[in-house]
Amino acid sequence: MPEEKIVDARDTFCPGPLMELISFMKRAEIGDQLELLSTDEGSANDVPEWISKVGHELVSNEKIDDVWHIKVRKAK
Amino acid sequence: MTNKLSVMCVSGTLEKLQMAAMVSSVAAATGEDVTVFFSMNALKFFLKENAELAPPEEGDFGPLINVEGVPAFRVLFEQAAELGDAKLLACSMALDLLKVDPQDLVLDFGPATGLTKFLSDAEEGRIVSF
Repeated sequence: MPEEKIVDARDTFCPGPLMELISFMKRAEIGDQLELLSTDEGSANDVPEWISKVGHELVSNEKIDDVWHIKVRKAK
Repeated sequence: MTNKLSVMCVSGTLEKLQMAAMVSSVAAATGEDVTVFFSMNALKFFLKENAELAPPEEGDFGPLINVEGVPAFRVLFEQAAELGDAKLLACSMALDLLKVDPQDLVLDFGPATGLTKFLSDAEEGRIVSF
């Protein structure tokens, strides 16, 4: 069964949220979904860029109360 | 084809070490073939005896990155190696002058490396220097 996990990288600055996500991605299985929480404005653009470059699937990216929730599914 | 990025990390100031670490970790984690070559003033901050030594700030930006929440440059280099298979190499000349071996360094450094080897490995890739 694919898992869903929260990666809480709030209050860290670039490239903290990205590196947090990547370390969880490494340990995840294909099909798992991770939700990255970040308060870093730059990461809201940079993380989706990384997801598309590496070939994972961006599920959603929305800002709720100053926190970005970036959902990504591991595709490979 | 994998992109190849060779990073020369030579300055011993916080800002340049931080930028070199950011570029190295992000590139390595994005699948680039990253080699980081440490020499000159940068190298001493990776000696085991200096594991906690803070590099001097270069300018006004230093204090802004010297706060909680900004990933430490040593941690980013470690992540570059662990998450992105970056190779961390120390300049053989700098090791000789400091009278140390790669085993005296924190993090998992590869063999002592000369400029000829570094430059030949960097061929057909990009080199950035900090």
